[in-house]
Amino acid sequence: MTRSTVHTNPFYSLRWLSGVALLALLAMLSMMVGVMDLSLTHLTDEATQVLLISRIPRTLAVMLTGISLAVAGMVMQMLARNRFVEPSTTGTLESALLGMLVMTLFAPGLGVLSKTLIATAFAMVGSLIFMLLLRSIPLRSTVMVPLVGIMFSSVVAAVATFIAYRFNLLQSLANWTNGDFSVLLRGRYELLWVTLICAVLAYLYADRFTLAGMGRSFTTNLGMNYALVLFTGLLLVSMIAAITVTTAGVVPFLGLVVPNVVSLMMGDNLRRSLPWVALLGAGFMLFCDLLSRLLRYPYEVPVGTVMGVIGSVFFIYLLLKRTQPSHV
Amino acid sequence: MFKSLSPATRLGLLLVGVLLACLLFMTLNVRAGWAFTLPFRGEKLLGLLLVAYCIAVSTVLFQTITHNRILSPGIMGFDFLYLLLQSLMVYSLGSIFFSQINPSLKWLGEVFIMVGAMCLLYYWLFIRQQRHLHILVLVGIILGTLFRSLNAMIARLMDPVEFDLLQDVMFASFNQIDSTLLGVSAFLALLVTLFGWRYRHALDVLALGNDQAVNLGLNPRRLMMLILIAIAVLVSVSTALVGPVTFFGLLVANLAYQLAGTHRHVYVVPMAVGLAAMILIAGQAVLEHVLSFATGLSVIIEFIGGLFFLILVIRQGRR
Amino acid sequence: MIEVAGLNKAYQTQKVVDQVSFQLKGAGVTAIIGPNGAGKSTLLGLISRLQRPDEGWVRVDELDVHHCAGDRLAQTLAILRQENQISTRLTVEDLVSFGRYPYSKGRINEQDQFKIEQALAFLDLLGLRHRYLDELSGGQRQRAYIAMVLCQDTRYLLLDEPLNNLDMKHAVGIMKLLRRAADEMGKQVILVLHDINFAASYADCILAMKEGQLVYMGSPEAVITPEIMQDLYDLDMTIQQIQGKPVAFYYR
Repeated sequence: MTRSTVHTNPFYSLRWLSGVALLALLAMLSMMVGVMDLSLTHLTDEATQVLLISRIPRTLAVMLTGISLAVAGMVMQMLARNRFVEPSTTGTLESALLGMLVMTLFAPGLGVLSKTLIATAFAMVGSLIFMLLLRSIPLRSTVMVPLVGIMFSSVVAAVATFIAYRFNLLQSLANWTNGDFSVLLRGRYELLWVTLICAVLAYLYADRFTLAGMGRSFTTNLGMNYALVLFTGLLLVSMIAAITVTTAGVVPFLGLVVPNVVSLMMGDNLRRSLPWVALLGAGFMLFCDLLSRLLRYPYEVPVGTVMGVIGSVFFIYLLLKRTQPSHV
Repeated sequence: MFKSLSPATRLGLLLVGVLLACLLFMTLNVRAGWAFTLPFRGEKLLGLLLVAYCIAVSTVLFQTITHNRILSPGIMGFDFLYLLLQSLMVYSLGSIFFSQINPSLKWLGEVFIMVGAMCLLYYWLFIRQQRHLHILVLVGIILGTLFRSLNAMIARLMDPVEFDLLQDVMFASFNQIDSTLLGVSAFLALLVTLFGWRYRHALDVLALGNDQAVNLGLNPRRLMMLILIAIAVLVSVSTALVGPVTFFGLLVANLAYQLAGTHRHVYVVPMAVGLAAMILIAGQAVLEHVLSFATGLSVIIEFIGGLFFLILVIRQGRR
Repeated sequence: MIEVAGLNKAYQTQKVVDQVSFQLKGAGVTAIIGPNGAGKSTLLGLISRLQRPDEGWVRVDELDVHHCAGDRLAQTLAILRQENQISTRLTVEDLVSFGRYPYSKGRINEQDQFKIEQALAFLDLLGLRHRYLDELSGGQRQRAYIAMVLCQDTRYLLLDEPLNNLDMKHAVGIMKLLRRAADEMGKQVILVLHDINFAASYADCILAMKEGQLVYMGSPEAVITPEIMQDLYDLDMTIQQIQGKPVAFYYR
C-alpha cells in the first residue's frame, strides 16, 4: 500500500470518477427494477408516477442509508479505536429500537419526528454505556471490544424483546429489526436526508475524530476537548442509527464492512477516506437492495437479511485476515 | 459451610432440589382432573429434563475440548446451523416429499447431516485456524448471525407467503415441546451418555490442554472429533425439541464449575445437568402457573444469560 | 537411548529445524542452548511428539515416537512446555495425580497414591497440596508442574525452559532437583535453557543450536568456550573455571 504524502483532492482522481459512474449505473438499475417495466426513454404518465412516488424515493433512501451507515461505522471505529465495531455491534442500534418500542408503548400518538428524537436519545445513552464498558476492560484486545459490544447489544435486544413480548408488540419489533425498503414511498423516506447532513458534519469534523482515536491524552495534548469530540461523534452516530431504524429498519454490518474495505484500500486518514466510505456505502447498499429484489422476483427478501448474510461472511473474512494466526 | 461439603453431597442436595422442582411442576395449580394432568404435564416434564440434559452436557463438553469457559455451542450458533440445514433440506427436497417420510427417520437423517456439517465447521475453525480464543468466539458469534440470516433468507425463498410459520421456530419455546420426537431423542441422548461415561477420565485430562493430553498418552484430535459428534447430536436434540437457546448452557456450565467443588467431569457434568433441570422446571412452573405467563421463560433466561456472559467476558479481559 | 535422525521442520518456507541428528545414551542432564529462534523449543516438541516433523524420525528406547501408541510412550517419556494454561481450577494434588493417568486411566490405586506422595515430597509441595494453582506464585506453580511430570515416572524427562519466570533461588532449587532426579532416580533429563551458566554448571552434555541446525555438541568444558560462544551468540565472552565449571561473563 503506497500512501502519497501530498494532499490531492480526492474528488478529481480517475478512481473516484469511475466509482461515481458505477454508482450512477447502479442507481439507474435500481430505478428500473420493479414489477412494472419502465423504460426511461419512453415515459408514460403512469410510469412517471411510479418513478416519482416509488422508484426514485426508494433509490434515494437506499443510497442515503448506505452513505450514512457507512460513515457512522467509520466514526464509531475511530472513537472506539477498533476496526470491528459499528452501530449494530455497540448497542447503538438496539438502544434506538428500545427507544422506539418504549415510545410506541407510552406515547403512541407522537409524531415521527419526536419519536426519532427519543430514539436518538436512547441510542446516545446506549453508545455512552458501551464506551463506559470499554473503559472497564483494561486489556483492550482487538476482539474484546466487539465481543463486549455484541453482548451488550444482545442484552439490550433481550430487554426489547421482553417488553415487546409482554405487550404484544413482537410484530412491530420484527418489522423494525429487519431492514426493508419496499415500503419507502414518497413522503416516508424524507427524514433520511437528515442523515446526509450528519454524514457531511462528520466529514467536516473528520480530523478531530482521527485525533480522538489516538486517545484522550493525545487529544488533550493538542488542546482539544476530548469529551466534546467524543460526545459530538456519538451524537452523529446515534442520530444516523435512530433515523435509519425508524425509516428503513436495521441493516447490520454495512458500517463495518465498508470502512474496512476502504481502510485496506487507502489507509485511515478520514479526510481522504470518508468520501470513499460514503461512495462505497451507497454502492454496496444499492447492490444489496437490488439483490434483495431480484433473488425471488417479484417478491422481496428484506435487505437486512441479505446484508446479514453478505456482511457476516465479510466480517469473518476481515477478522481472519486482520488478525494473526498464533503458531502451534 | 457449603465449602466443606464433598462433591457427592453437593450433588445429593441438588438432586433434592430437582425433585422438588418436578413436584412443583406436576402439582401446582391443577385444575383439570389428575387423569388428564399427570400424563399431560408428565410429557412436558420429560421434555424439559431432556432439553436440560442436552444443553448442559453439550456445553460442558464443548468448553472442555475448546479449553475455554465463555464459548458454548449455543453462542457459536450451532442451533441455527441445525435449523438452517433443516430449511435447506425442505428447500431442496420439497415439502411434500418431506412430510411423507417417517418423522423419526427423517429426524435421524437430519442429525446425521448436522454431525457432518458441525465437524467440518469445527475442523476449519479450531484446527485449521490456530487463533486466539477471543477471535474464535467472535467468529463463532458472527457465524451464528450468518446461519440465522441464511435461514431467514431461505425461508423467504421457499414460500414468501407462509414464511411466518417458519419464523416461529426462530424463538425457543419451553412451553411447546415437540413430543413426537421424545422417544428417539431420549434414545440418542442415552447413546451419548454411554459413550461419555467411557471417556469420563480422559475428559479430565483433555481439559489440561492439548500438549498435556498428548504427554499423558491421549490422542486429543481423535477424542475431540468423537466428542464433537456427541455435541452435534445433543444440540440437534435440544434444538429439535425447543428451538435455539443461546446463553442457557453457558450459565449452567459456569454455575456448575463454581458449585461442583471439583474439576472432575464425573461431578461437574451431573451438576450442570441438575442445575439446568432445576432452573428450567422451576422457572416454567412458576411462570406458567403462578404468573400465568406461558412462554416468557426463554426470553428471561436469555436476558440473564446475556448479562452473565458480558460479566464473564469482562472478567476474563481483566486477568 | 534417544536417537534423532535427519529431523526437518519448516513453517511455510522458513526452516525451523534443519537436518538435526544425534544420539543420547545413559542417564544425565542434557541442555539445549542457542539464541532466540534457533529452533530449540521446536526440536523439543518434535522429540516429544507434540509436533510432527516434515522429515526424519525420533526413537526413544526403540519406540518410534511418532508412530507408536500414545499411552505406551506416556510411560516412557514426559514433556513439560513453557506455557501451561489450564482453564479448569485444580489443586496441586489434582495436578500431580494426573501424572498417573498413563497407568491408572483415572482410577488411582495405592501404588499411584504412593508415587503421588513421593513426587509431592520430592518437590517440597506437601504443605501446598490442597492449594489451588491460581493461588500459587510462579515458582510454586512451576514446581507443581514438574512434580506432575516426575510422577509420570518416565525414564525420559523433557522440559522447555523450566527456569522461566523464576528468581535465582528457585531456579537453583529446580536445577538441583533435576540433577538429583538424574543421579538418584536414573532419569535422563533434556531441557532447553537460556542461561548458559546454568547449563555449564548442571549439564553433562550440551547441544548448541543456531538457525535450526545442531552446531555443537559435547561436555560443558568443550562447548562453553569463547570461540564457540562468539559463533553462537555473536558476543565476546570471558570464560573462567570456577569450582571446576566454566563460567561465562558476557554482561559488558
